[in-house]
Amino acid sequence: MSHYLPLIGVLLLVLGFALRLNPMLVATAAVLASGLAGGMGLTQVISEFGKAFNDNRIIAVVWIILPVIGLLERYGLQERAKGLIASFKNAAVGKLLILYLLYRQFTAAIGLHVTAGHAQTVSPIVAPMALVAAEKQHGALDDATAERVKAMTAATDNVGLFFGEDIFFAIGSIVVIQQALATRNIELSPVELALWAIPTAIAAFIIHSTRLVLFDRALRRAAK
Amino acid sequence: MTPPPPALLTLEHLYWLVGAMFAAFALLSLFDRKSKKALGNAAFWGLMAASLIGGSYFSNFGNGLIVLGLVGLAGFGFTGRSQPKTTSPAERKAFADLRGNWLFMPAVLIVLVVLAGTLAFHFTPFGQANLFAPRRETYFFLVAGVFAALLVAQLWLKPPVVAPLQEGRRLIDAIGWAAVLPQLLVAMGTVFDKAGVSGLIREGTLAVLPPGNLFLAVAVFGLGMAMFTIITGNAFAAFPVMASAIAVPLLIETYGGNAAAIGAIGMLAGFCGTLMTPLAANFNIVPVRLLELQDPNAVIKAQLATAIPMFVVNVALIYFLAF
Repeated sequence: MSHYLPLIGVLLLVLGFALRLNPMLVATAAVLASGLAGGMGLTQVISEFGKAFNDNRIIAVVWIILPVIGLLERYGLQERAKGLIASFKNAAVGKLLILYLLYRQFTAAIGLHVTAGHAQTVSPIVAPMALVAAEKQHGALDDATAERVKAMTAATDNVGLFFGEDIFFAIGSIVVIQQALATRNIELSPVELALWAIPTAIAAFIIHSTRLVLFDRALRRAAK
Repeated sequence: MTPPPPALLTLEHLYWLVGAMFAAFALLSLFDRKSKKALGNAAFWGLMAASLIGGSYFSNFGNGLIVLGLVGLAGFGFTGRSQPKTTSPAERKAFADLRGNWLFMPAVLIVLVVLAGTLAFHFTPFGQANLFAPRRETYFFLVAGVFAALLVAQLWLKPPVVAPLQEGRRLIDAIGWAAVLPQLLVAMGTVFDKAGVSGLIREGTLAVLPPGNLFLAVAVFGLGMAMFTIITGNAFAAFPVMASAIAVPLLIETYGGNAAAIGAIGMLAGFCGTLMTPLAANFNIVPVRLLELQDPNAVIKAQLATAIPMFVVNVALIYFLAF
């Protein structure tokens, strides 16, 4: 049975994340537990952890982009992004959200993922626009329908971000892939990884847009 | 065979530069009288700077202590947002109306510099000049792009000289420890590997997997990524574990799959799990609160019918594109 003892770290991860403890603490506790259970001494676990952290410093390099983004925000980048989205008005809900999906995927793919999001764009701009559009199609909205429209808006933001951001080569997940494989002596460049994210991005656009078209139809049918 | 001469610019140079940026964030935090978390932020970014600049000179144990320091500061609430002096919302709106879509231009410039650099690197003799650390040239182009964008923005918008660093500090403090988490999770995966965790998962997988069935192996890798992401709420935690348990030994080394396709699309299969778990609070719970939804799982429910087909698509893409 003790053969399986190192898995205790995985158990701690699951528990810790489920209890909403700070992920940095949870991951560190998991490392210490698995390391000790796997037969390492305390100083050896800390040394291995320190070495692995140090070997992956390249992941921190992507933050070099923050001063530029911050500077552009100082001069109204977010406001301009919001203005651009607001120009999509007068579309049906589904069409509005398809445009937003495209916008979100595209801006994430060029490294501007911080200019949109639930706090930045979804709740102040896109969700209110979607509700207005839905009322035009459907008439006054009952609570359940309004909730579905809002939830679909948030869902569209997540789908656009997740299946757009990996096309940008200087994002955390690309570096995580590169480094995790590099520790197994497989050397890849970020640009080649980013290119392989394109087929999934296209598929996500097709699948989610189809759902949005159907969402529009369902709304119109409910109006009759 | 003699080893090739070191490149003109190595990763060490990159780390110094980024370390200097974090050191500047730490210093600016230190002189921040308004933020209650100023000292914690200064210590946190100061440790990051120390790791980046000095990591190659410290012992492994010393680097481990830096990590524990970072975790302690972040885990016990010593870091937090800051409010460096910036422009007001009204000023920003006025600037945005004045400059229009040109505001996107410096960000697009970064991408263009990286793309041009990458093309030149692969298709002209520039690539053979041994200028950059091998396989890491993208990061050098990224830094070049960032400096080009900063130069353009500085000449065009004429901000105060310290503004880029202060605005960068505003953003890094808003991101906080989440900026360090991916690096910590990859390190976690490495120690898991050494402690035998990945080996145990690999053992378990091989025990249930009929040998020689490539499709099942791909499906189990995708499923592992999605499931591990669902239970931890984090695809970054899943990837290093699943990569060394299944992707590398089985898909890449045994079946000879394309590592870039397996890695990139495997991560995206993990993201399908992110769409389905309440543990990914930033994406699935925060909007519930912001939009005042009744059902705490409303966003997840709206995502299921996209996430499940996308999972199937990702598994199929790995199967057809990587082999």
